Amino acid sequence: MTIKGFKNHPYIPNSVPEVQKEMLEEIGLNSLEDLHEAIPDFLKLKNNMNLPKAIGSEYELRRHVEDILKKNKTCKDNLNFLGAGCWQHYVPAICDEINSRGEFLTAYGGESYNDFGRFQALFEYESLVGELVDMDVVNVPTMDWGQAAATSIRMASRITGRKEAVVPKAMDNEKFLIMKNYCSPDIQLIQVDYVKGTGQLDLVDLKNKVSEKTAAIYFENPSFLGFIEEDGQKISDLAHKYDAISIVGVDPISLGVLTPPSQYGADIICGDLQPLGIHMNYGGGQSGFVATRDEEKYVMEYPSRLFGIAPTSVEGEYGFGDVAFDRTSFGNLREQGKEYVGTQTALWGITAGVYLATMGPKGMEEIGQTIMQKSQYATERLNEIKSIKSPLFNSVNFKEFVVDFNETHKTVQEINKKLLEKGVFGGKDLSSDFPELGQCALYCVTEIHTKTDIDKLVAALEEVLKS
Amino acid sequence: MKRINRSAKIRNFHQAKWDEPIIFELSKKGERGILVPQAEESIVKAVGDGISNIPNQMRRKESPNLPEISQARVLRHYMRLSQETLGADVNIEIGQGTCTVKYSPKVNEMLARLPEMTELHPLQDEGTVQGILEIMYQTDRFMCEISGMNRFSFQSGGGSQAVMTMASIVRAYHDEREEAQQRDEVITTIYSHPSDAAAPAVMGYKIIYIHPDENGFPDFEAFKAAVSKRTAAFIVANPEDTGVYNPRVKEFTDLVHSVGGLCGYDQANANGLFGVTRAKEAGFDMCFFNLHKSFSTPHGCGGPAVGAVGVVTELEKYLPGPLVDYDNEKYFMNYENSNTPYNIGKVRIFNGVAPVVLKAYAWIMSMGAEGLYEVAKIAVLNNNYLFKKLMEIECIDAPYIRGKQRIEQARYTLEKLTEDTGITSGDVQRRMMDFGMHYWTSHHPYYIPEPMTLEPTETPSKEDLDEYVAAIKQIVKEAYESPEIIKTAPHRSVCHKLDETSLDEPSEWAISWRSYLKKTDPID
Repeated sequence: MTIKGFKNHPYIPNSVPEVQKEMLEEIGLNSLEDLHEAIPDFLKLKNNMNLPKAIGSEYELRRHVEDILKKNKTCKDNLNFLGAGCWQHYVPAICDEINSRGEFLTAYGGESYNDFGRFQALFEYESLVGELVDMDVVNVPTMDWGQAAATSIRMASRITGRKEAVVPKAMDNEKFLIMKNYCSPDIQLIQVDYVKGTGQLDLVDLKNKVSEKTAAIYFENPSFLGFIEEDGQKISDLAHKYDAISIVGVDPISLGVLTPPSQYGADIICGDLQPLGIHMNYGGGQSGFVATRDEEKYVMEYPSRLFGIAPTSVEGEYGFGDVAFDRTSFGNLREQGKEYVGTQTALWGITAGVYLATMGPKGMEEIGQTIMQKSQYATERLNEIKSIKSPLFNSVNFKEFVVDFNETHKTVQEINKKLLEKGVFGGKDLSSDFPELGQCALYCVTEIHTKTDIDKLVAALEEVLKS
Repeated sequence: MKRINRSAKIRNFHQAKWDEPIIFELSKKGERGILVPQAEESIVKAVGDGISNIPNQMRRKESPNLPEISQARVLRHYMRLSQETLGADVNIEIGQGTCTVKYSPKVNEMLARLPEMTELHPLQDEGTVQGILEIMYQTDRFMCEISGMNRFSFQSGGGSQAVMTMASIVRAYHDEREEAQQRDEVITTIYSHPSDAAAPAVMGYKIIYIHPDENGFPDFEAFKAAVSKRTAAFIVANPEDTGVYNPRVKEFTDLVHSVGGLCGYDQANANGLFGVTRAKEAGFDMCFFNLHKSFSTPHGCGGPAVGAVGVVTELEKYLPGPLVDYDNEKYFMNYENSNTPYNIGKVRIFNGVAPVVLKAYAWIMSMGAEGLYEVAKIAVLNNNYLFKKLMEIECIDAPYIRGKQRIEQARYTLEKLTEDTGITSGDVQRRMMDFGMHYWTSHHPYYIPEPMTLEPTETPSKEDLDEYVAAIKQIVKEAYESPEIIKTAPHRSVCHKLDETSLDEPSEWAISWRSYLKKTDPID
């Protein structure tokens, strides 16, 4: 076998042999083989790679991939109650319409002269999220909530010059692992317990763990386990008492009805944009944001790009550009800049902007209310099942809640398996991440669930538990 | 009728300019963009309004100050902004060197937007996601064949996060050997991506830069002097951003191994190497590919993306879990890694950006080994053709390896043009926009003065390349004859020359509309 190329490929115009010949002549070479003379022979492959043969046509490719994807069972065709960091909300058609536009989809790192619309759309996204969280500065999005929280902690550490951050024990373990890796080796994360009956952050334990060494207290509202953290102000006050920074992670879709953390002392707010018009995408829709007040000491610590509005040489014309670009690792300082920046999730930022502009204040209020009503209904109906306690914690929940199955004498794994047979995706099994809770699951109910859906869940669970 | 003369080589371009207000300026009290589902009456009857029980201090008192706009107007606004964006679907995107902006096939995008992809929750039972797991597993196998590595993780959401993942693996590896304290240096080169320095620095490493020798290769003597027992890793691109391939790369990796360090390969510049040479043979212990670059998935204004990190067998246990495996019957999530003591944990939530992996899979399946080889060959052919044509222009130069082939990109200098005419690379960059084109200067700092970095990839035609060269030639001509038109450019773009003074001034910068309103006085 020798190495062969693929002539006349539809994605490679110059794979036409006659054109190749003409171009080779122009650069004074005889064959394509001569193009890699810089690579020593001992590093060169001698045969074609061992990969499947190219599929012959676009039609066959489509059939091939569609046939594989058909093996998936979707949340559209089944009844899904999984949340835990990725949530099934309705995605307005306009969001997909805009993020499918080839101009946005295939733009990248241009200047505002050629990518003006990209700059304006991202500036508007920053501004819209800013209103939602009631803050003046929002970044061009980062990877996900975990990355946003980790960066928030690094920002706090640089601002305070301290190397400890206090975080809740009752948080997503995967998110904690992201933060732990990103904060290593210099910043230590200290976990604070929760109150047994309510799930609320244990203020006594918190007081014991906060000190002059604390850079930040990080907590979430709603918490990972779904309930509203009531003592936000007290927690922020405690952080400020020690000159530490209060960081709050938030689910932005709650902010039509819940107080934005800036109003109970948060200095940095972070969270995930996925609920705002982005499909779950098997976890590929996650997108993190960070927001602060417009104070130099905060702004200069962002590693992200920050798009600002500015005048141009023509009166009456908006322009956009990078604010304080040299603070980033793309500036002259490179690794002496703030952390690093690069490709993250900008298209989801634009999408979240479209979502918020479409929803408006009324839409955000109503969706918050609908989610609360439906999730409360689900909680109450589930609690009617004899061996189930729902919710486990005596606190007010937003869209997620812990369901206690301990008295059913069945494991969540067994229950979810049976539910699956009925076309129901049961809540996240908490037994390995929260062993102290025994057999509990985290259920998620949003605006997409109808009364019939919830009643179907209850009926399915009743049957499963009977058997 | 007389035949219309279309012989001009330069396009008479004008960008769409809509002069759109900022979205908040479109707000009209009472307008709605969408109606949202309400709880059914019976639910309301059972639980009430759902919000009265929110503790008072946690109940939002004033609605968020979002705009109120009818749906068609929101759509029109964003459609107009999209038209004011010069994505690769509409532009001959040759100018974004290091970014490998190639054609993103529409069929792959269509597949990634099927509900069998978009409507999957990442915590679904494995039995319900066999399709996407199969695609992730197979793509892992393909990546291994392409690189010679043994295992890939798709968690990293971009190239920079992939470098961070590699740096995390480096730390875990030395931690396990109880050498983490002693090994606190990462070596890279000035023409590797800035993230090859910045991401390891976040992980606590001191960065040592190797500068090029007179040929543009990383200076081996300087490298020898830098490598020591303090070396944790060598992280480098090859070819570097100059398009120069270091043929002695194996001597570099051997040297690092001889002192116990690891070698990480930044393969963001892999497009000219598919089927030609691999990370493994060059002695690397790990590498990453940008699926949104070399593997054709669209850049999305800067993500979502994937930096696929591959490692040799010895480093597999440090990869962030879970990994997808196959037991000859079904695909499954393997959490074995997550439970090993020195595993790095997680870098991105759940399992990475699966739709990007899906698009890359479809692209590889449309190429096969022969197609990938063709990609590499034509990417290099296009680059060297472009290089030849540009170097014929007197005031354009490119330092290093005179008379030899570059790989897939090149960094040029317009220093002579600047000396002759006062026109800088930044000026030319703005003027290119008047011809419907774009180019990128360079990472900072500008080690090559007045830089211009171009990477054509395999997807433009010869005519596209010729048109790009014709535009540059036209601008060079203008620089000598009528420089004012360049200095004041762009003229046919959405906006004119930006007044950047406020962007670095804390009392003036405005990173949101509300901040802008606070910092500026109303106009009567």
